[in-house]
Amino acid sequence: MTARQRRMTLVAVIIAGVGLAGALALRAFRENVMFYFDPSKVAAGQVRPGEHFRLGGMVVKGSVQRAAGSLDVRFVVTDFAHDVPVRYDKVLPDLFKEGAGVVALGRLDAQGTFVADEVLAKHDEKYMPPEVARSLKQGQAAAALKSGASN
Amino acid sequence: MDWTWFHRFGSPPHFYRIAGKLIPWCAWLAAISGVAGLIGGLVLAPPDYQQGEGYRIIYVHVPAAVLSTMAYATMATAAGVGLIWRMNVAHAVAASCAGIGASFTFLALVTGSLWGRPMWGTYWQWDPRLTSELVMLFLYLGYMGLRGAIDDTARADRASAVLALVGVINLPIIHYSVDWWNSLHQGHTLLKFGKPSMPPSMLVPLLLAMLAFVLYFAAIVLVRARGEVLRRERNARWIAELLGAPS
Repeated sequence: MTARQRRMTLVAVIIAGVGLAGALALRAFRENVMFYFDPSKVAAGQVRPGEHFRLGGMVVKGSVQRAAGSLDVRFVVTDFAHDVPVRYDKVLPDLFKEGAGVVALGRLDAQGTFVADEVLAKHDEKYMPPEVARSLKQGQAAAALKSGASN
Repeated sequence: MDWTWFHRFGSPPHFYRIAGKLIPWCAWLAAISGVAGLIGGLVLAPPDYQQGEGYRIIYVHVPAAVLSTMAYATMATAAGVGLIWRMNVAHAVAASCAGIGASFTFLALVTGSLWGRPMWGTYWQWDPRLTSELVMLFLYLGYMGLRGAIDDTARADRASAVLALVGVINLPIIHYSVDWWNSLHQGHTLLKFGKPSMPPSMLVPLLLAMLAFVLYFAAIVLVRARGEVLRRERNARWIAELLGAPS
């Protein structure tokens, strides 16, 4: 082995070693690295009672109820397997809407309602001009009508 | 395979000359594609259906974020080549990448934070993507600090090269953080299988802006590496000859 090959091996060993150590460490901390719990994990009892945690998922369409004359809002977060009702009393971000992703920080109360102190909107990776979004929606609505008529 | 070109690059006068020829090309093309990308992105591209005009920060944020990792990959590769082949020029290139890479990382973090406030509702969260990007900023700063702390150039080269190589582990973490874990940061729009989730009217300016950042990075690294080579070779004959001094 020449000196150069030895150095080459050393570099390969450094990268492989650090990669292995990193992979093991990340496996060990898997749950701690998770930014939020989804409703299925909450239903499975992975959150201790009274614990402060983040809940993430989709806002169920038609579930947002605002109380007249205050900021109080109630909505349901779902991962399409389980649902968690959420209560919040502060200003919601602009991108918060029904059918969009959301991450809320708070804790479960005795009735199983998630009381949030902070609600963040989770943006998806899709970008499109408003006209395209509108015509897509119309296309979907037309398709839904058609399939509804044929049934 | 013929490796002469590779070893020729390791020769400081050759590198100095080639880099000098490449710099104006990179710089001019960067300026042209940068202006085209910014006009395309800030003026011509349509607003987004959800974010309105606010999404336009991606024309700076995305190229800065991509370049922050690309600069690190370049730095680590150069450091590895320098370590294995004892190539002084490669170490000079690695040293030149750190400052500009740190600047790109900082820019990506700041623009992301400014966007996050109106869109997510927060300037900062300890999200996997955000945290791993911040770790990379500290890796860059650590690299520069380590380099600055050692007076002997050869020792500084070797020590900092090992640090750069160790930090490579962070690159896949940054890239896949949005796939591996639940994160607040959205998933991949461009670098994924299938079609990008973006129409051409928005995508083309973004690609132009990315090209501009890449070329700008290349130009700056070459300028800095040339300076670094001059500093390292300050007593060499070829520099005296270059300056026309009687030898």
